[in-house]
Amino acid sequence: MIRGMFVAAALVVGLSSVAALAQNATIAERQQLMKGLSQAGRAPGAMLKGEQAFDLAAVQTSLKTFADTAKKAPTLFPVGTETGNETAALPKIWSDKADFDAKWAKFGADAEAAQASIKDEATFKANFPGVVRACGGCHESYRAKKN
Amino acid sequence: MKRFFPDFFLLLMAGLVAVWWLTRPATLTATEAVGLDHTGDISNGGIVFNAGGCASCHMTPGQTDRKKMGGGLALKTDFGTFIVPNISSHRTDGIGAWSAMDLANAMQRGVSPKGEHYYPAFPYTTYAHASIDDIRDLMAYLRTLPAVEGKTAGHDLKFPFSMRRFVGVWKALFLNTSPIVENPAESEAWNRGRYLSDALGHCAECHSPRNLLGGIVQAQRYAGGPDAEGRGWVPNITAKGLGSWSKADVAELLASGFTPDFDSVGSSMADVVKNMAALPKSDRDAMAEYLKSLPAVDGPPKPAKK
Repeated sequence: MIRGMFVAAALVVGLSSVAALAQNATIAERQQLMKGLSQAGRAPGAMLKGEQAFDLAAVQTSLKTFADTAKKAPTLFPVGTETGNETAALPKIWSDKADFDAKWAKFGADAEAAQASIKDEATFKANFPGVVRACGGCHESYRAKKN
Repeated sequence: MKRFFPDFFLLLMAGLVAVWWLTRPATLTATEAVGLDHTGDISNGGIVFNAGGCASCHMTPGQTDRKKMGGGLALKTDFGTFIVPNISSHRTDGIGAWSAMDLANAMQRGVSPKGEHYYPAFPYTTYAHASIDDIRDLMAYLRTLPAVEGKTAGHDLKFPFSMRRFVGVWKALFLNTSPIVENPAESEAWNRGRYLSDALGHCAECHSPRNLLGGIVQAQRYAGGPDAEGRGWVPNITAKGLGSWSKADVAELLASGFTPDFDSVGSSMADVVKNMAALPKSDRDAMAEYLKSLPAVDGPPKPAKK
């Protein structure tokens, strides 16, 4: 009986630490995914500012990263990953999940639309800024300040 | 013994009177307000409005019209919850009945038309340095904004902060109302940038650590610190934090919200960017000029990793 209790307690401790590990892994995964977005945005950002020559293929690759990320990201904010691992995610993500998911969907749709509409430098300059405006729009509500 | 008590009592009374006088809500004198009665320039008032970031706090929450100044946003801080007031042109619920003098006393002295102290959640510690001309123009601009109905609720603060008179003590300690003097050794852009940052933009109000009473730690001005609303850590924007940034990088962040790494700023800074993006480019460049000149200062230590 006592042994059984010990085993049960050990199981609970073990399982909850496994759960904590899994949560930390989820947080790390979404942080990596967000980093991927900023990496993908860097070259087109430099092209917009005229610091880098326009490269359609590079822009298209970035837009594909945006669209793919927008599909995957909403699954990486499950309940239970609100804190830990230095997350900058704000609680509002979970209290307003519908809006959070809708914003990702819109970002994905915008990225896909831009994949179709951006064919040269002029269409890039006209359409790209509208896609990345989503970054600030989302971060305002859902991301903490960060140094 | 018999003599001591009346003397002590008198001294105490005198002390209380002195404190009462020192903490009175002091308003502008006629000489300080010269120029307020001229006709305001609405278009410059719009620049002052955006540079001062009025909409960030005062716009009605839950909607996107940055001209709807209905107030109501709740600012949750360690001192309690502040409810941002209605500053729309509504005559009874907003500030439609205000004179330019009322606005000048609010912004430069932190005193309401009723003669009460405002809490420094309203950053008059910064606006105190705004010019009389800009305040007059801002009033002219505010009058053009729509009237929004609905008086906002009062603040919900902890003792002793719930006592407005206490703000008088706070002001004696932390409010400096001396105007910003032009630095002739620096460029016109630098001086404009300093004015925009230190008199209107109130960058340092968030980008500086505060002491237990909520006063800015002047030695660490601009060196960052914990967010007042508990939403992360506000970055150090002295040369310590922005060392590798160019002036163009700073100006770009103010225009689009993107860092040189193409990260995008979060929380209330995203909203600040909306205000800054509405300014003339020359003003963002001027702010970059000034901010990039801030000498490196170490900020408070960040809490250990969790």
